Amino acid sequence: MKRLLTLNRHLTERIGFTAITLLAMVTVLPIVGTIIYILIQGAPAISLEFLTGFPRNGMREGGIFPAIIGTLYLALGTSIFSVPLGIAAAIYLSEYASDTPLTRTIRIAIINLAGIPSVVYGLFGLGLFVLFLNFGTSILAASLTLSIMTLPVIISTAEEALRAVPQSFRTVSISLGATRWQTIRRIVLKEALPGILTGVILGLERAVGETAPILFTGAAFFLPKLPGSPFDATMALPYHLFVISTQVPEMPIQIQYGTALVLLAFVLTMNLIATVIRSRARARRQW
Amino acid sequence: MEKSLNWREFIITRAIKASGYSAIVFVALIFFFLIREGAPTLGEVDLSTLLNVRWYPIEDMFGILPLITGSLVVTIGAMLIAFPLGIGTAVYIAEIAPRWMREILKPLVELLGGLPSVVLGFLGILLVSPFLRVFLDLPTGLTAFTGSLLLGGIAVPTIVSVAEDALDAVPRAYREGAWALGATRWQTIWRVTLPAAKSGVLTAVMLGIGRAIGETMTVMMVTGNAPVLAIKLGSLFSPVRTMTATIAAEMGEVANGSVHYHTLFFIGMVLFLISLGVNIAASSVVFRAKKRAERILS
Amino acid sequence: MNKIIIESLSLQYSDGTESLRDVSLDIRQNAVTVLFGPAGGGKSTLLRCLNRLNDLTEVKSSAGRILIDGENILDPQIDVIALRRKVGMVFARPVPLPMSIRENIIYGLELAGEKRRAKLDEAVERSLKLAALWDEVKDRLDAPAIALSGGQQQRVCLARVLALQPEIILLDEPTSGLDPISTGKVEAALQELKKDYTIVLVPHSVQQAGRTADYAAFFLQGELVEYGEGKSIFTAPKEKKTEDYITGRFG
Repeated sequence: MKRLLTLNRHLTERIGFTAITLLAMVTVLPIVGTIIYILIQGAPAISLEFLTGFPRNGMREGGIFPAIIGTLYLALGTSIFSVPLGIAAAIYLSEYASDTPLTRTIRIAIINLAGIPSVVYGLFGLGLFVLFLNFGTSILAASLTLSIMTLPVIISTAEEALRAVPQSFRTVSISLGATRWQTIRRIVLKEALPGILTGVILGLERAVGETAPILFTGAAFFLPKLPGSPFDATMALPYHLFVISTQVPEMPIQIQYGTALVLLAFVLTMNLIATVIRSRARARRQW
Repeated sequence: MEKSLNWREFIITRAIKASGYSAIVFVALIFFFLIREGAPTLGEVDLSTLLNVRWYPIEDMFGILPLITGSLVVTIGAMLIAFPLGIGTAVYIAEIAPRWMREILKPLVELLGGLPSVVLGFLGILLVSPFLRVFLDLPTGLTAFTGSLLLGGIAVPTIVSVAEDALDAVPRAYREGAWALGATRWQTIWRVTLPAAKSGVLTAVMLGIGRAIGETMTVMMVTGNAPVLAIKLGSLFSPVRTMTATIAAEMGEVANGSVHYHTLFFIGMVLFLISLGVNIAASSVVFRAKKRAERILS
Repeated sequence: MNKIIIESLSLQYSDGTESLRDVSLDIRQNAVTVLFGPAGGGKSTLLRCLNRLNDLTEVKSSAGRILIDGENILDPQIDVIALRRKVGMVFARPVPLPMSIRENIIYGLELAGEKRRAKLDEAVERSLKLAALWDEVKDRLDAPAIALSGGQQQRVCLARVLALQPEIILLDEPTSGLDPISTGKVEAALQELKKDYTIVLVPHSVQQAGRTADYAAFFLQGELVEYGEGKSIFTAPKEKKTEDYITGRFG
């Protein structure tokens, strides 16, 4: 009887572990499958003309060059605003702020920024940047909107990286006559750089893939030429994929998969870079 | 030289502090602009119209109930899928998987979190919905369930990462204590580790809900966009339309300052308040748990 | 001559831990003054007051004065940066900054605005020699400081302080992580250094206190129990508590 019980317990454990493992596989395998599938379906569409040409014949032929460039512009614009602001805010939280009600309010605000639906960011961008500040539907308005959306990602990863720098470095630096800012600039930032960079890339990765926030702030359905200034609207990869997969009838499937592949390549590359930076920094770290 | 250094230090410190407060400013600004553009609705549209079951803006019918129920149905469906998958994966990564497997799985789940929602929507249109139409024998594959399935995938990474952190934070001594009493690893997971990480798991689920209810592109592309009141059991397998999709689909075509425009902002305000509620609730769970842990440890 | 005059100094941390109660003490120039006693007695706290490092910690209340060369350094108006250059500190655990040996040594000087290569080179050699490390590292000044042994790292930390040519050197259990040979080297360096500097040392053992002290102060639970010449304290303490501690009845 007793033996049966132990046997039973171990059987339960075996079954339980198998079930959990299966659950994990059900979660993960589709991700791998999706990526491989898009790779296979999209690869034939990729050509020099596809990557560097303009769309023709109602986007049913030609390339996606303006969408690629537009996405690059948006990523650049977003980083101009969100990177300095995000890092500075992280420095404030990690190096200056003590545990006061104000600091707690800031943290709650960051958590909430992270949780606001992307389409609500779009509404906000429309209300503030496009209409109130009169930037129009433009790269500027879209970048600013995306910046605020990526801010919480950058702040929280950068803060974590800053906090990981040993306190003793700060104490020693101060004891040698450094000011607080000198300590941050010469020691803390330098050591936290890989972690901060990871956060920045992950934040921009999110910005690059988003559609809803740029829908009414800067995205254009189709443009015959590249945007000439930050006040022009732009095509962008995710919006372009949305357009050609839902709004254009008789769209050749290959171009759709090709566009999805290019967008995916953007995101995967950024993700890979972030992962590599993080693991290399971890390996090299001496403290 | 010392003087100029002091000046620079002073200015930089000021700038850093100002940046620190920026998050509060932005949340306030967002709320302000949503109210500014959304509140007029309450004066322009009768409350009885607003709380009606017909959303048909061309004929001035602004009933937001079908949109709210649409969002609810899709989100509930998504959570039914994401909860077991997310918690299961978190348990697997934190408690069962060998080290090398963990090193592979964590970045993969993170990657899923980074996949653009428009790519998922695209695959939903081309693969998932045709499959579901045939497999479940439905008139159309673009249903609430299709949305739930994909949204589940979007909510999973959030749930996994938060829940896994919570499981990781359970002191090793708890587990060792249970093993020493003769519990199997399986019993330890269910009776000790998961209960100890309860508040973190709860937070994970709440944040997952927040993520699902706010998702826009995927649901807009695959749920069929029919503003029908979704309260019947079969609603899950018929087309619906969510609040987010409505804003995304219609905002581009309305005249600025029109009633329709204000109402879309009003919906945005509702979404904002929902996400605010979910996030504050989630962080207060964490806060309370931290307090309790401090009490126990001291 | 008295370099540092501490007048009824009291201090309490916000979290209610280690504190000082009404401590008055005169510290002589060109001598090694040892602050010893059981843990939590306030020795480190006092040390960290002398270069205002306590500014980084949350202090609930403080009272009293500390005069260095006649100037009250607890005055909020004083130039804290200049004070910290004048009062250097070596910590219990060697903390080489994440950079090369050379960069570690010149870190403080560069912060002070020194850019001339010759001056910096000279400072590196001089301070490493003073810390009895020059011969061991002169061929690899550009190697990361973290690659050195614990004893060498601690001497880099000492040299880093010396490079600034301070007047006072504070050492907080500087040999607690070191082997006896390295400890001996550091102690020997101190005996050399006291000719030019005022040294305040929190030793990591009573034995070390006895070996190094010109003057010694015994601290117990935030209060100064006894203060006097090292020889007399360790051979004929006046206070019962001091004697009990030295002879190992508690501690």
